[in-house]
Amino acid sequence: MSLDVSTPQQNPSSTADAAALANVRARVRRHRVTIYGLRALLLVAVLAFWEASVNLWFDPFFYSKPSLIWHKLVVWFSDGTAQGPIWQQIRYTLQEAVLGFILGAIVGILLGILLGRARLLAEVLQPYIQAANAVPRIVLSALFIIWFGLGMSSKVATAFVLVFFPVFFNAFQGAREVDRNLVNNARILGASRSQVLRSIVVPSATSWILASLHTAFGFALIGAIVGEYAGATHGVGLLISTAQASFDSAGIYAGMVISTVLALGAELILGLLERRLLKWRPPAHNNAVPV
Amino acid sequence: MSLVELSHATKRFLNSKGGTHTAVSDITLDVEAGEFVAVVGPTGCGKSTTLSLVSGLEPPSEGTVRVSGRPVTGIPEGVGYMFQADAMLPWRTVLANVAAGPVWRGVPAEQARAQAHDWIERVGLGGFEGYYMHQLSGGMRKRVALAQTLVTEPSILLMDEPFSALDVQTRALMQTELLDLWSGSRAAVIFVTHDLEEAIVLADRVVVMTASPARIKDVFPVHLPRPRNVEELRMDPDFVRTYSQIWSSLSSEVAIARKTGVGNVA
Ligand SMILES: Nc1ncnc2c1ncn2[C@@H]1O[C@H](COP(=O)(O)OP(=O)(O)OP(=O)(O)O)[C@@H](O)[C@H]1O
Ligand SMILES: [Mg+2]
Repeated sequence: MSLDVSTPQQNPSSTADAAALANVRARVRRHRVTIYGLRALLLVAVLAFWEASVNLWFDPFFYSKPSLIWHKLVVWFSDGTAQGPIWQQIRYTLQEAVLGFILGAIVGILLGILLGRARLLAEVLQPYIQAANAVPRIVLSALFIIWFGLGMSSKVATAFVLVFFPVFFNAFQGAREVDRNLVNNARILGASRSQVLRSIVVPSATSWILASLHTAFGFALIGAIVGEYAGATHGVGLLISTAQASFDSAGIYAGMVISTVLALGAELILGLLERRLLKWRPPAHNNAVPV
Repeated sequence: MSLVELSHATKRFLNSKGGTHTAVSDITLDVEAGEFVAVVGPTGCGKSTTLSLVSGLEPPSEGTVRVSGRPVTGIPEGVGYMFQADAMLPWRTVLANVAAGPVWRGVPAEQARAQAHDWIERVGLGGFEGYYMHQLSGGMRKRVALAQTLVTEPSILLMDEPFSALDVQTRALMQTELLDLWSGSRAAVIFVTHDLEEAIVLADRVVVMTASPARIKDVFPVHLPRPRNVEELRMDPDFVRTYSQIWSSLSSEVAIARKTGVGNVA
């Protein structure tokens, strides 16, 4: 039987197709080179402007400048910091952030999906959840140091509360907004309640959950660093707070640079994970290449 | 005892103003095994609601619904339902969507895939097993839905305007295929459509519903011999006669729906 629909196959069957494809590929490559080039240019321009303006008008002691920050980073990575080797500080911070992230994400996803499907429970708990969400959570880090001491667990706890809420709310919303048609269809086809949960609710909520995980890892890092800033024996946050105590503004910036790089690295990994889990989604329009 | 028995079934919904809206009212209808019944009526009158009563997704407010002699509580055994709206899982491939029913019913995965394969071939989608929904055309998606429903071999097939989104040629093709598949299965079919021609071409009986709230206005038997040729039948004098007979009943309801429609929706 013939189908009146063109199939989205990409095999170039003729030389004309092959040439068109090569043409498109070249265009995509050129476009990419332009974008990356412009981005690099922008960064260089901003740094150069900063450097020059501090040299000309401001006091580098207060405002610091890229060359000083770079120097600070070089010293940290070659000679170590006052608190010990730099890699050790990074490892501490990362460990705290990752632990807090994983725990917060797991608990957030489980509770979010549970409450998203249990109407009554959600209605009963709603005001309390909103109240808990309104608490300025960053302040909790001070409390956690009293509870858990200066070690790692107080930072993990801070990262946990920062991660939990956005993930929880997204999972909750995702589980709620499941298309009723999909659920009805599955029930007609013979799915049990637990099969509906596994095969319909969880996958529908996945894109919501993944969206929250992106920002959540950033929060986990913030949680770990703020926790360390409030009191710790190791970590990037401690580097920042010692730098502040000694009026070393370059040190504060250097700490920021390190945590930014960590956050970007995590973002990259989460992006790959997302692309894998959501490969069924149609490509977004702004990524589509006209052929 | 008929396979499907609706007896004085009424369905009311809460409307947005806090009152009730009667979607279907006092419906009495029997459908036998192996019978093809088409339901026509003006838009918004309550055709989909009638199907949801038979499927067990909605309980009736009054009256009774029985399938195979048993009152419907929950989804009855042997019911297949092709929804009006798209209900395929976008994160699953064509094959996984079609295999879903058997897998959920406990058929071993290997066997479920084989059955799904077979039905994907039968609806003419061989070679598209690995595609996701967004990579298919509207007509292809309807075929996936058809395969997904038929793979569970329902004895009662509920279809809600399955072909209304298709172009004329594809629709005729799908109608022919549906008749082929159905004549092999002897399932009872309740087929909702806007299209009176389609209703007559396919059905043994055409049920005309009134404008909202839906009541059964008339039931017309269609005495056209089977197997039917979907495309040539439209010129048949018997077809034309049946058409004008049913249209005279349906057209007044359509007119009423048009007049009151705007007021009802608002
Ligand atoms: N779940 C619901 N809650 C409230 N009202 C509903 C619900 N389902 C249907 N209705 C109302 O019942 C009436 C009949 O709806 P139904 O979907 O059965 O119409 P229909 O005949 O299938 O229309 P169409 O031909 O346009 O598909 C409509 O007025 C609709 O607003
Ligand atoms: Mg409908």
